[in-house]
Amino acid sequence: MSRSHALAQGLWQRLLPWLVPILLLLFWQQASVAGWLNHRVLPAPTEVLVAFWQLLSSGDLFRHLAVSFARVASGFVIGAGLGLAFGLLAGVSRLGEALFDTTLQMLRNIPPLAILPLVILWFGIDESAKVFLVAFGVLFPVYLNTYHGIRSLDPQLLEMARSYGLSGNALFRQVVLPGALPSILVGIRYALGIAWIILIVAETLSATSGIGYLASNAREFLQTDIVVLSILLYAALGKVVDVAARALEKRWLRWHPSYFKAA
Amino acid sequence: MKLDDLKTGKSIVLQGLIRRFGERVVLDALDLHIPQGQFLAIVGRSGCGKSTLLRLLAGLDQADGGLLQQPDGQSVRVMFQEARLLPWKSVLDNVALGLPASRRGEAEQALAEVGLADRAQEWPARLSGGQRQRVALARALVHQPSLLLLDEPLGALDALTRLEMQGLIERLWQQHACTTVLVTHDVSEAVTLADRVVLLEEGRVALDLPVDLPRSRDPADSRFVALEQHILQRVLQGPSFNTPLINETPLASLHFSQLHWAL
Repeated sequence: MSRSHALAQGLWQRLLPWLVPILLLLFWQQASVAGWLNHRVLPAPTEVLVAFWQLLSSGDLFRHLAVSFARVASGFVIGAGLGLAFGLLAGVSRLGEALFDTTLQMLRNIPPLAILPLVILWFGIDESAKVFLVAFGVLFPVYLNTYHGIRSLDPQLLEMARSYGLSGNALFRQVVLPGALPSILVGIRYALGIAWIILIVAETLSATSGIGYLASNAREFLQTDIVVLSILLYAALGKVVDVAARALEKRWLRWHPSYFKAA
Repeated sequence: MKLDDLKTGKSIVLQGLIRRFGERVVLDALDLHIPQGQFLAIVGRSGCGKSTLLRLLAGLDQADGGLLQQPDGQSVRVMFQEARLLPWKSVLDNVALGLPASRRGEAEQALAEVGLADRAQEWPARLSGGQRQRVALARALVHQPSLLLLDEPLGALDALTRLEMQGLIERLWQQHACTTVLVTHDVSEAVTLADRVVLLEEGRVALDLPVDLPRSRDPADSRFVALEQHILQRVLQGPSFNTPLINETPLASLHFSQLHWAL
């Protein structure tokens, strides 16, 4: 009896965190069905599901998802690439620091969305506008964390490595880069979050495709089910990207005590 | 004493060596001659300049004056107080640091010499403090250095691990026959391991004693104890008293073995 009791207890422990969301969902559904909630305010969960299914079967969902994903990916690659390059340069060389750090620290204080009007003037509502904004937002967190990661390397390890004959390229690959990696990955995860936020706003304001467009277009036609669906899609995409970043951390930082499996 | 001592150009000669940090003179016209193959221990209170001397010998620091003559083609390896292992490299890769890939087998062999062959693929963070120092010792010895510098390498270890490591260092020194300079504040450790003990005081040699006891030495041996006490008394006396040593204290009444931890 005690064993089945313990099993039930474990199951209950696992289900407990989901209890409130499920109750909310049920209440939401009931409120919609009973007419307490206007459909223009919030559609029933089932309606969102139906909208999901319709968009999925028409292929629109996949098209918009692919467009948004491509924008984040290209903006991220460009921005993070530049941030990493400048960060490494400023971290490794005094000259690089003197040349770029002040400039980047000044630019860093501009909220990426503040330059949105300028970007629209430059690029129109072209793809490059979105990619540029994402890249701009991503550059600074990656730059800062890369730079900081290199600057806070343990000087004792550097001294040891030099006295063991490492210099130049070997020193960089075997000591500097792996030592800065934890900090760089923090920057990358932070930047991924920023990338999605910027894309949402950029797509909502000016786009002809993508999930943000899907949402703002649906708003014009009062299709609240699709608006809610878009919001949920963003959440899901953000989660997927975060899981991927965590997996990278787990792999690249497996030497780090905080990633050891509990023995 | 080894025959090589007599050959010129093979030993390390320090003449009038000066090192200042700002106003403070750390090494004050230091004269020292280290014959090839000798195990030299340098003891002294903290701030006496012993670590500075080691760093000069290692080439990690430059003297402000005087002569430091080292044999041609001398290879130096340092073992620091902290193991200074690269946490992102496996134990074996740490030992192989700076070695060409073709000499990896030697790294495995060196690891076996310190009794850690079975931990080759482990991350350093998984090892105990004593094991990490053994890896650091293997890493130093795999390069077959002609001069091995030990900068209080056992200072952070517990008493039992210390004794074990002392035995290991002595055995490996006898095998490799390299000139070794050990900086320590533990007089007992110096007398256990060294051919010769030099006491540094205010940047000068205050005492220079050969340790003519057969290896491996027994810290309870009366000659060992007498020598240890002699050095300790001189250390405790400090630089301000230049009166000759009153050395005839009964052995049992003073417990210097307890004192040496406090130095």
